[in-house]
Amino acid sequence: MRFRPGTSGLALLAASSLVLTACSAGSLGSSSDSGSKGSVEITYLIGNQDQDIAEANQLIKDFTAKNPGITIKTETRPAGTEGDNIVKTRLSTGDMPDVFGYNTGSLFQAIAPQKNLVSINDQPYIGNLDDNFKKTVTADGQVYGVPVGGFMGGAVLYSIPVYQKLGLKVPKTWAEFMANNAKIKAQDPGVAPVIQTYGETWTSQLFVLGDFHNVSAVDPSFADDYTANKAKYATNPAALKGFEHTEAVHDAGYENKDFASAKLPDGLKMLATGKGAHYPNLSGVVANMVATYPDAAKTVGLFALPGDDASKNGLTLWTPGGLYIPKTTTGDKLDAAKKFLAFVASPDGCASQTAAGAPTGPYAVKGCTLGDDVPQAIKDMQPYLDKPGSSSLALEFLSPVKGPSLEQITVEVGSGIRKAKDGAARYDEDVKKQAQQLGLAGW
Amino acid sequence: MRSVAITSVKPRERSKARPAASAAGSKVYRPYSNWFYLPTAIIYGVLFLVPTFASLYFSLTRWSLFESKFIGLDNFKLFFQEPALVKGFTNTLIYAVITSGSKVVLGLLLAVLLTSQIVARGYLRSVVFFPVLVSTIGVGLTFTVLMNPEKGLINESLGLLGISGPGWLTDPKWALLSVAAVDVWKGVGLATLIYIAGIVSIPREYIEAARVDGATSWQQFWRIVLPLSRPATVTVIILSLIGGLRSFDLIWAMTRGGPGFTSDVIASVIYKQYQAGFYGLSTAGNVVLFITVTAIILPLSWFLNRKEVDL
Repeated sequence: MRFRPGTSGLALLAASSLVLTACSAGSLGSSSDSGSKGSVEITYLIGNQDQDIAEANQLIKDFTAKNPGITIKTETRPAGTEGDNIVKTRLSTGDMPDVFGYNTGSLFQAIAPQKNLVSINDQPYIGNLDDNFKKTVTADGQVYGVPVGGFMGGAVLYSIPVYQKLGLKVPKTWAEFMANNAKIKAQDPGVAPVIQTYGETWTSQLFVLGDFHNVSAVDPSFADDYTANKAKYATNPAALKGFEHTEAVHDAGYENKDFASAKLPDGLKMLATGKGAHYPNLSGVVANMVATYPDAAKTVGLFALPGDDASKNGLTLWTPGGLYIPKTTTGDKLDAAKKFLAFVASPDGCASQTAAGAPTGPYAVKGCTLGDDVPQAIKDMQPYLDKPGSSSLALEFLSPVKGPSLEQITVEVGSGIRKAKDGAARYDEDVKKQAQQLGLAGW
Repeated sequence: MRSVAITSVKPRERSKARPAASAAGSKVYRPYSNWFYLPTAIIYGVLFLVPTFASLYFSLTRWSLFESKFIGLDNFKLFFQEPALVKGFTNTLIYAVITSGSKVVLGLLLAVLLTSQIVARGYLRSVVFFPVLVSTIGVGLTFTVLMNPEKGLINESLGLLGISGPGWLTDPKWALLSVAAVDVWKGVGLATLIYIAGIVSIPREYIEAARVDGATSWQQFWRIVLPLSRPATVTVIILSLIGGLRSFDLIWAMTRGGPGFTSDVIASVIYKQYQAGFYGLSTAGNVVLFITVTAIILPLSWFLNRKEVDL
C-alpha cells in the first residue's frame, strides 16, 4: 500500500482539525474568547425584505468583529402569512435555526412560546428593554425576545411640497383632513389626494389599524373587551370609523386612478415625486423610499391618522420585531446565540442597525439614540412619543385576536365593492376563528 | 359500431370467467411471494394511507401544529358558515363550467381545422399545444403584466383603437372571467390534441360513403365527426372539469382571489385558511373539496360512459 504524499498530508490535516474541534467543543462552557480554536457557527433566520437583510448583515458584521470565535450564517424566509407557516412548521419539526426573527404581539403568542422558545428572563439586559416592547414578547411572565429595528408608526405620510404650494395645514381631525383633500383635488388635478396601493393588499389596512389610538382615546377598555368577545368593530361606533374612513376616501374619488393595481413602490414613487399628497402607511416604508429617492428624506413628513377630537389625536405604534432562540438550540450554540441577542439589545446593536439604513422610528432599548441624520417623517414621530397620552400600541399588540382577512376586506371597502358596516361585520366573523383557534375564553 | 360493441363485451366475459376459475382451483397461482410486495406496501401505507386517515382525524380537531384538540364536527360547521365559501363555491362552479365548456368547443373546432389539409399543419399543431408546456405560474405572472389596467399591453392596444379596456384583474366583474380566459388559452392545446386523436381514428370509409351519398361538409361534421368523437369529448369534459374544480395555481398567481374575495375559489379559500394557521379547519375544507369533486365527477363519468356503450 502506498500513499501519495499530498493525500496523506491532507488526511493528517483533516484528522488533526477534527481532534482540535473535538477538544474545543469539550472544553467550552465558560466562554469562547480563545479565538479561532473555539469557533462556533450559528444560523440566523430572517425575513427576505431588503431592509431586513441589510440590517442583519450589518449586525452580524459588527458582532463577529467583537466576537471572533463566533460566525453567523443567515437564512431567509418569505414575509407575511407564508413566513408564518414556515416558522410554525420549522418549530414544530424541531428544524428551526439557532436564532430567528419573528413578529411580536398576537403572532408571537401563536407560536406557543412556552413550548418552543428559550426564556431570556435571567439576562442582565432585560431591564434595558422598553416596557411596551417587553409586554409584546412575554408569555406566562417570561420574556422571550429582544427587539430588532425600531418602533413603527401607523400614520399618514404626506408630501411637504404639495402642502406648501397649496398653503395647507397638518390636519388634526378627520374633517380637516377631508377638507385638505378637497382643496388638493380642486386646485391641482395632477396630484392624487390619497394614495392607495391595493396591488399589495396589506397596505389597504392602515385607515383601520392606524386609527386605533383614536379608538382607545374614546373607549380605553376596547382592547380588553375585544379580547373577551364583548366589543365588536361593527357595533362600536369609534372602531367602525376606520372602515368608514376607508370607504369615504373612495366614495369622494380621492384615490389615485390606478389604486386597484398599484403596488407599494408605485405609491412611494408618487409620494416622493409629489404626484400624491397623502399615503397612509407604516413608517417602516420610509427607509425604502429614502434609499430610492434621497430627496424624500426632506420632502416627506408624517402625521397621525386624524380622528374626531383634535385634543385627543395621537399616533398608533407598532413594536419592533423580535429575535428569539428556539428550544432546539443547545450547548455552545445556545451560548453564542445568547451573546448575539445581548449584542442586538445593546446601544452598540442599535448603532449597527442605524448604520444599515434609515431607522423606522425610535429604538426599544434604553440608551439608544437615532442620530441627527434621520428622515423628516421619522423626526415627526418624536413629538407624539414625547407627549404623554399621545401614542398607543396597535390593537394587535394589546389583544391576541387578529383576523387574517382584514386586508381583503379593506380592499373591498376601499374599492366600493362592500359597504363599511358590512365590511366591519365581516371582519368580526373573521376574528372569531382566530380566537377559537387560540382557545380564548368567551368565544 | 360493431368494433365498439366487441371491445365492451370482451372484458366482461373475462371478468366473469375469472371468479369461476379461482373457485375451481383451491390454490390461486401467485407469481411473487408476499415479501415481494412489502416495500411497495410500506411506501403506499406511509405516504398515502396514513396521511389520508390522519387528515380525516385532524379535520375533527383544532390543530395548531404544536397540539391538537378534538372538537368533533365543529370545523365542518365553521367551514360551511364561512361567508367566503358561498362565493368560493359559486366561483368554482362558474370557473369549471366556463373553462370546460370553452375547451370542448374551441378544442373541437381547432382539431377540425388542424386535421384538414392546410399548410404547415404540423407546425400549427405544435403551436396550439405549446402553452400547455409552459409553467402555470409563469403564464399567470405574464398575463398579470399584460392585463394591467394602466400599463398593460392589452389595454394599451385597445386604447390605440379608441376603446378603453376594463381593469381585467382589478374589476370585480371581470377578474374571474379574465383568469378563466387565460386558463382556456393555456389548456385548449390538450383538448385539441385529444380531439385530433379522436378525429383521426374515425375510419375514412364513413366519410367517403357519406360523400358518395352527397352529404355536405356540414352534414359530415354533424352526423359523423361529432358523434364519433364522443369518447374524446367525454375525456375532455372530465379532465377539464376536474381541473377547473380544483383550480388554484393560476388564480393564485393572477389575483390571489382578489380584488377582495371576488375571484376566490374553494381551493384558494382553503389555502388562505392554511396560511392563517387554521390547520384543522382547512383540513376539513380539503375533505369537503374531495367529497364535492367526487360527487360531481363520479355520476357524470358514469352517465357519459353509459351513453358510449349504447352507441
